[in-house]
Amino acid sequence: MSFQIKSSTDSYDVIIVGSGAGGGMASKVLSEAGLSVAVVEAGGDFDPAKEEDRTQLRPPWESPRRGAGTRIRPFGDFDAAIGGWDIEGEPYTRKNGTEFDWFRSRMVGGRTNHWGRISLRFGPNDFKRASIDGLGDDWPIGYDDIKPYYDKVDKLIGVFGSKEGIYNEPDGFFLPPPKPRLHELFIKKGADQSNVPMIPGRLSMLTRPINNERGVCFFCRQCNRACQVYADFSAGTCLVHPAMKKGKVDLYTHSMVRKVTTNEEGKATGVSFVSKVDMKEYKLKSRVVVLGASACESARIMMNSKSTSHPNGIGGDNGILGRYLHDSTGASRSGIVPALFGRDRYNEDGVGGMHMYTPWWLDNKKLDFARGYHIEYSGGMSQPGYGEGSGMDAMRKYLKDEFGNPKEGGGYGEGLKKDVRELYGARIGLAGRGESVPRYDNYCEIDPNTVDKYGIPVLRFHYNWTDQEIKQAKHMQDTFEEILTNAGAIPLGKKQGPETNYGLAAPGRIIHEVGTVRMGNDPKTSVLNSNCQAHTCNNLFVVDAGSFVSQADKNPTWTILALSWRTSDYIVDQLNKKNI
Amino acid sequence: MNRRENLKLLFTGSVGTGLLLTGCGPEEQALPENALLAGGTKGYRTEEERKRDQELLSETFFTEEEIKKLNILVDIIIPKDSESPSATEVGVPEFMEFIMKDMPNNQTPMRGGLMWLDYEADEKFGKPFLELSNDQVIEIVELVAWPERASPEYQGAVKWFNMLRNLTCSGYFSTEAGWKYIGYKGNQPNVWDGVPQEVMDKHGFSLPEKYIPIYLKPEQRGVVATWDDEGNLIG
Repeated sequence: MSFQIKSSTDSYDVIIVGSGAGGGMASKVLSEAGLSVAVVEAGGDFDPAKEEDRTQLRPPWESPRRGAGTRIRPFGDFDAAIGGWDIEGEPYTRKNGTEFDWFRSRMVGGRTNHWGRISLRFGPNDFKRASIDGLGDDWPIGYDDIKPYYDKVDKLIGVFGSKEGIYNEPDGFFLPPPKPRLHELFIKKGADQSNVPMIPGRLSMLTRPINNERGVCFFCRQCNRACQVYADFSAGTCLVHPAMKKGKVDLYTHSMVRKVTTNEEGKATGVSFVSKVDMKEYKLKSRVVVLGASACESARIMMNSKSTSHPNGIGGDNGILGRYLHDSTGASRSGIVPALFGRDRYNEDGVGGMHMYTPWWLDNKKLDFARGYHIEYSGGMSQPGYGEGSGMDAMRKYLKDEFGNPKEGGGYGEGLKKDVRELYGARIGLAGRGESVPRYDNYCEIDPNTVDKYGIPVLRFHYNWTDQEIKQAKHMQDTFEEILTNAGAIPLGKKQGPETNYGLAAPGRIIHEVGTVRMGNDPKTSVLNSNCQAHTCNNLFVVDAGSFVSQADKNPTWTILALSWRTSDYIVDQLNKKNI
Repeated sequence: MNRRENLKLLFTGSVGTGLLLTGCGPEEQALPENALLAGGTKGYRTEEERKRDQELLSETFFTEEEIKKLNILVDIIIPKDSESPSATEVGVPEFMEFIMKDMPNNQTPMRGGLMWLDYEADEKFGKPFLELSNDQVIEIVELVAWPERASPEYQGAVKWFNMLRNLTCSGYFSTEAGWKYIGYKGNQPNVWDGVPQEVMDKHGFSLPEKYIPIYLKPEQRGVVATWDDEGNLIG
């Protein structure tokens, strides 16, 4: 980790807060346009190509907890993402007994170090949901506005997939997809019988090179650990570091932004931040400020940016800032495939994600809920680590004894050991990720009573699911059970019912939260205009998912990247025209 | 080895397999027990993580007597056999020692279960657990190892034994010997070219016809991709 603190006299054309998908893309596009850029990141620097930073290809015995998750790496001890749901000294709170969990990554590349690299374009319908079902609002832009940027993102970063010609699942510039794994073929057998389509996954790993800068995938299934040859996408390896090599980009690490500073005319003049190294306050000046700190963190910064010219914070005058917070829905089910007991062994790692998935396939007019979901699949002979062989008290009964009767659960000894081996690689998992309806009543706001350890007021969340999402989760559970059964699998555990909202994950858990500073043509009902420029501060822009009017049943990253590129082009244009 | 060299090897395919791991010095290839003692998790760590691992590694949770009990129990759960070592041989109790400190909510149930052994040993045989014969130990294990059969008075101890079994399996199959036993073949650079044909045949699967022309062809994985304006791969 490297520390870098500059004197407060430094001035830049643009300050970018955050180095994830949105901030990373802005740093690349703006610096290539010849602008001087400061990237201000709350965490440390990180480069997986450095041997001392590498967690990829480390076996579990190089971790005393054998790869189990920790507070700051809840997805595993070798996971690249540093931060988690609960960061020491950086609390958030919840209101009226509602739930919201907030996953943050404090490091260069932000949460692109964590995500599953599922890289889906929003389709034409995804920008016009209100026109289709009367719920929520349309975006002020449509697919045609963003398509050229999706095309550029595909070519710059790389995504594998197959051209399908499905209207609302637009095709792109795809690299060759990898062949399916065995469990994916079992699931496909079940899905076929249920008339649920399954197509090759669309993930941003390089199955073939796109340039000479990045390596090609060597199939270790560990993208979540960050790739030492940069064969998967993360904003640090593919955007921020290349931008630093080529352009005028300074990276400020361990720098926690308190507020955007403004002048008497209400224009942004830079940022004020706390260095986590010496706990002192620093100020940087710039002509333009770009927030890419994540939907909620950017909203928090805007709320905290109070001044005489912006007494309610920047964008805080119309009561929309922080509102319409929404996450994807999520529910899951797993099963065990008896035909895979004692299966043949071979290297089945593949890429760090699914080789096949299911895009939304039904017509909501015939259903009792709005909006759809896609299905992600997991399973196979993944790396044994912490947790391997657990649950034999419940799992052994799926095996048969010599007389063909179910074995007794639990036990010990050589027989137990053999049965762990017999069951290895026979489990499959199905997970739905769906679109929720954005609501004014789901929001984040400043908690008047709590500050973080830097003295910065923290967020308080208020979020409830509605019948729309609960019915969608019910549909997921019914579909999953049908696919599992048709695939020859035995569904595991109890089918989730109304008592648990059908297993619907708590808001925030899917880590697709968006919408807090949404864009719109009407300054009364939105915070940003269609170029992601603040209505009330024309040299302040937001390039993370805060601008989303609605979060489709697609993972948001590809759209963050495309929108950030589009906004960055607009910033260059406006600077050239001297409009800002 | 720098990234450029890695790339070169990976582009050429098979050579990468062994060499990619040569960055690890001999000390990183040490036995699991030693790796546990040598320090915390390898690879990128924050100061906070490094400090925490060091603290946990310097503390002691289990008493000597508790370790003796664990040594007996984990080898009953995973014994040595003709093809693989026992749980104690791969350091399962040391792993559990760390987990108790890393996940402290395990501490009370684990300690409680180990204490119950003495109570039960005294009830049944009139002496402490560590003085029991092998047969007597098995008699006690039998009371709690089979959740469906266990009588209601042992339900608490059954839960503890489930936890012990889970942790023993975790600690065993996350070692090199555990990998070998379970037959894990991954975690090494390769070119994925689908499920081996004989496995496909065995389960009666064939690849979806329509995707066969577009799946990754291993011989092309060094060729920089180019597309026409319609998004068709042309190079």
